[in-house]
Amino acid sequence: MTGAAVPVVRIQAQDFDVAAEIARLTQGRADIGAVVSFSGLCRDDAGSLSALELEHYPGMAEAEIARIAAEAVQRWPLQGLTAIHRHGKIRPGENIVLVVAASAHRQAAFEAANFLMDYLKSRAPFWKKEHRADGSEGGWVEAKEADDEAAGRWKTSE
Amino acid sequence: MTTRLIYFAWVRERIGASEEDVELPDGIETVADLLRWLKSRGEGYEQALQYPDVIRVAINQEHVDHREKISGAREIALFPPMTGG
Repeated sequence: MTGAAVPVVRIQAQDFDVAAEIARLTQGRADIGAVVSFSGLCRDDAGSLSALELEHYPGMAEAEIARIAAEAVQRWPLQGLTAIHRHGKIRPGENIVLVVAASAHRQAAFEAANFLMDYLKSRAPFWKKEHRADGSEGGWVEAKEADDEAAGRWKTSE
Repeated sequence: MTTRLIYFAWVRERIGASEEDVELPDGIETVADLLRWLKSRGEGYEQALQYPDVIRVAINQEHVDHREKISGAREIALFPPMTGG
């Protein structure tokens, strides 16, 4: 294969199958030596949360993740890259986000997956609203400074 | 020229609309000008844009900073810091 891998980016309400997404990148190939996958799940915050409502900016969500993914395939030698982000109501234990990076060696796959997640958290237009288990109205999840800092560490010195 | 404004998350809730088409008055050249003008349009806008520095802005679906010129923008989105992932 010549040139950089073409990333797969999907924004969807329905769940995804982690094993199937990994298989889709590796099937029929013998040049991949490392696959790193990251899944982000909804947690219940010690029983206080009944669901997260994920709002997104249709069009820009796809475009922004595609821009970040395109940068990742330029920076690391990847054979495949997949990013899937769900929207709508997601209950504790369910998947929210998936990143899969495939490469000849583990370092590129680890770094690309990490980079994609860090950037996705601070630049992809999604917002989480909490639904409380006691029925009271939850608030919007606040952005964490630590997430911006995590994205900042990947900045190149151009 | 008509510009479409789109709002998300608590910006949308406080303004009380998810989108609207506006005619920008003369003198509104940058994102910062737009935020200042919008803030004067009523209580909901005032609440949503109380701290303009935290508001993130996208023009034609790309992130921009507050110094960006808005001439020619078809679609300008205003939203809080993102919390996906």
